[in-house]
Amino acid sequence: MIIRSKGFYDEFERKGGRRRTTHYCAGCGHGIIQKLIAEAMVDLGIQDDTVFVSPVGCAAFCYYYLDCGHVAGPHGRAAAVASGLVRAIPDKVVIAYQGDGDLGAIGFNNAFQAANRGDGFAHFFVNNALYAMTGGQLAPTTLPGQKTTTSPYGRDVVNTGEPLKVCEVFNQLDRPVYIERVSVADSKRIKQARKAIRKALEIQKEGKGYAFVEILSPCPTNMRADSVGAAEFVTKEMEGYFPLGVFRDRSDAETACCMEVAPKTVEEIVDADYAGDVIADMPELRERRYKFSGFGGQGILSLGLVIADAASEMGRHVSWFPSYGPEQRGGSASCSVVVSGREIGSPTIDHPDVLVAMNQPSLERFLPTLRQGAVLIYESSVPLNVEVPEGVNVHPFPAARIASENGVAKAANTALLGCMVELGLLDMPEAEIAEALRRSFSAKPKLIDSNMAVFEAAKEYARKELS
Amino acid sequence: MRKFIKGNEAVTIGAIYAGCDAYFGYPITPASEIAHAAAMHFPPLGKEFLQAECETAAINMMYGAAAAGKLSMSASSGPGMSLMQEGMSYLAGAQLPAVVVDIMRTGPGLGNIGPEQGDYNQAVKGGGHGNYRTIVLAPNSVQEMCDLTIKCFELSMKYRNPALLLADAVLGQMMESLTIPDGMLEKQDFSSWSVRGDAVTRKNLVCSIYLEPDLQERHNWMLQEKYESMRCETMAENYLCDDADLVLTAYGSCSRICRSAVDMLRDEGFKVGLFRPISLYPFPEEEMNSAMGGKDVLVVELSNGQYRDDVRLHLRDCDAVIGLANRMGGNLISVEEVLSKARDMLEGSP
Repeated sequence: MIIRSKGFYDEFERKGGRRRTTHYCAGCGHGIIQKLIAEAMVDLGIQDDTVFVSPVGCAAFCYYYLDCGHVAGPHGRAAAVASGLVRAIPDKVVIAYQGDGDLGAIGFNNAFQAANRGDGFAHFFVNNALYAMTGGQLAPTTLPGQKTTTSPYGRDVVNTGEPLKVCEVFNQLDRPVYIERVSVADSKRIKQARKAIRKALEIQKEGKGYAFVEILSPCPTNMRADSVGAAEFVTKEMEGYFPLGVFRDRSDAETACCMEVAPKTVEEIVDADYAGDVIADMPELRERRYKFSGFGGQGILSLGLVIADAASEMGRHVSWFPSYGPEQRGGSASCSVVVSGREIGSPTIDHPDVLVAMNQPSLERFLPTLRQGAVLIYESSVPLNVEVPEGVNVHPFPAARIASENGVAKAANTALLGCMVELGLLDMPEAEIAEALRRSFSAKPKLIDSNMAVFEAAKEYARKELS
Repeated sequence: MRKFIKGNEAVTIGAIYAGCDAYFGYPITPASEIAHAAAMHFPPLGKEFLQAECETAAINMMYGAAAAGKLSMSASSGPGMSLMQEGMSYLAGAQLPAVVVDIMRTGPGLGNIGPEQGDYNQAVKGGGHGNYRTIVLAPNSVQEMCDLTIKCFELSMKYRNPALLLADAVLGQMMESLTIPDGMLEKQDFSSWSVRGDAVTRKNLVCSIYLEPDLQERHNWMLQEKYESMRCETMAENYLCDDADLVLTAYGSCSRICRSAVDMLRDEGFKVGLFRPISLYPFPEEEMNSAMGGKDVLVVELSNGQYRDDVRLHLRDCDAVIGLANRMGGNLISVEEVLSKARDMLEGSP
């Protein structure tokens, strides 16, 4: 029973009624620990600044008592909740309070990762070697041979492992500032616990980083002992596995600062491509559905993008959809581009109006989907041994050769663009296409002239050989 | 101002204009581009980005940030969405605003990374434990990936409830022209309930626990009333339904495929329309009944009839013929499959 402690509410209204006793059992360590935290909070002048994250378990009701801001989250997740809080209110004091099942079992990775990141909160870990609230079950910290409701024959370490030493584990990490294990089993130990708790909160007040304090705590109810017996169990049995002491104190070291990222405005981030807002319908414009396909690395996706960009710049309705998932098997890439004078329905294409195929698998896969009146342009070094559907206009085109002859072996896609322009398949002024091609090399301006040369050569070839 | 952009990136642009303060997430295909864009764009704007150790951590970091009155988001898919469900329930129970984007992939289990709509029930019915609802909006274009992200934040703040943008891999991967939003979403004052670590909010408590059954029930009734009050937020699109003999209905990327099918069937002289729910919760029941009442219906979805069940639930015309055209497993439904099913129904074939 705790009455009128510094940093506690005057009356525990959230507990119901005007009571001033806690809900903890006689001899339980939680009341003492919370009183120490509350006192330190007041003494350090951080009561307004503090947000306290409660666990699930007996200490779920810390918000009945401590007079500060409170958040209660899911079982095991107090550390993750605190990790979110410290990023939301980085200049404030955040406390996460967890038991040994909460932190050591279900939420261990969240606690461990928070410690590894060095998230700036005070982390209090109450170890009583069992689950208390749920009825005295085996915890990761249960001692070998210790009987609990789920280890009725005693903890078998061969099956359930040795007691989990969290301080020792966390002490392997680089970022924690402070790590100490204390106990509240007797008054001498409580004095040391008081110091450790203050230290952890001072580190928060000064914004120095992550501080972890493990507190061995008696649970008479589930240790099946009276107050004295439970405290003795903590001191005589638990301390054997969980030695007390300061594992780390780097509170005097200089605090590391986050990497600086140059600030930008929203406008700089958004980096809009086009000035106008509205895409007006153009009912007279026929909808064209293009499929581009080839091996990954042949520039198929970019070819589609240049056309989509040009059409988008002109205020047309455009969609670009890349090959995706199962379609990507076999190293082939493809994209579907729809350009329309009205709102586009499906961005995927079952029957292209124009198919540009750069390899054999593309011909095999997409040529059979073409219908009467559709156009096929294919890389002419690829043998055409797929049956051409009736009424399809076929244009073999030496894109790779034209690209190589003009000094940019990789620019077969640019050659195909020139071919499409010459064949009148794009319904856009050539200047718009050329401008979009230039834009596509804005990050590599050196490549613009050579690609324009490929573009021109391709047009000339198409004019002479294909028209 | 416009930008030619991927749907997943448009989500991040939307989040920026919504005033989102922090992104917490764990990578998963096909949602990862949202994290990539947030990682690139949030820090220069003074916003937080953190790659969490798992989706469970991410949703609880959001819980923490929301408790402090900050707007946060995450994006995930399939297995990651399942891991977040406990946190979604807590966000709903504690009445916290937060936005999660689900770029649906296939399932159950690991499935594959192709597009599917199999998370419908999980999203719309409340995928975690307890009597709660999530606000669910379903975009069908790159523009809506941005605009409905902003709307998710707006409704999430207005109702103090988690909101979910339910999209799929097609919408995430495709590029279209995005008209950039006009201005930033207005911030709301959360000082009455948040805990910011200051004197004003010191007495506040963010939690979802009520030990007394009567109090827990009262909390539940209050939540149900809140969900009921969301009915005024329904959004839907009616395309050529008024004179239609057959109404196709679909949400998300499927609705785009249906729109093509409707145009083709109209060209063939069939009177066909499309009803598209944009808000999946609250469900646009009135809009659906006025668009589809007395007509035959063809539900098109990339799942096992989950959306059709909701159509049945909300359609008051009990005699309506309700057909289903669906694919699963990462296969998109083709316009032709929709056409074929629609023609069968229009011509009275079984």
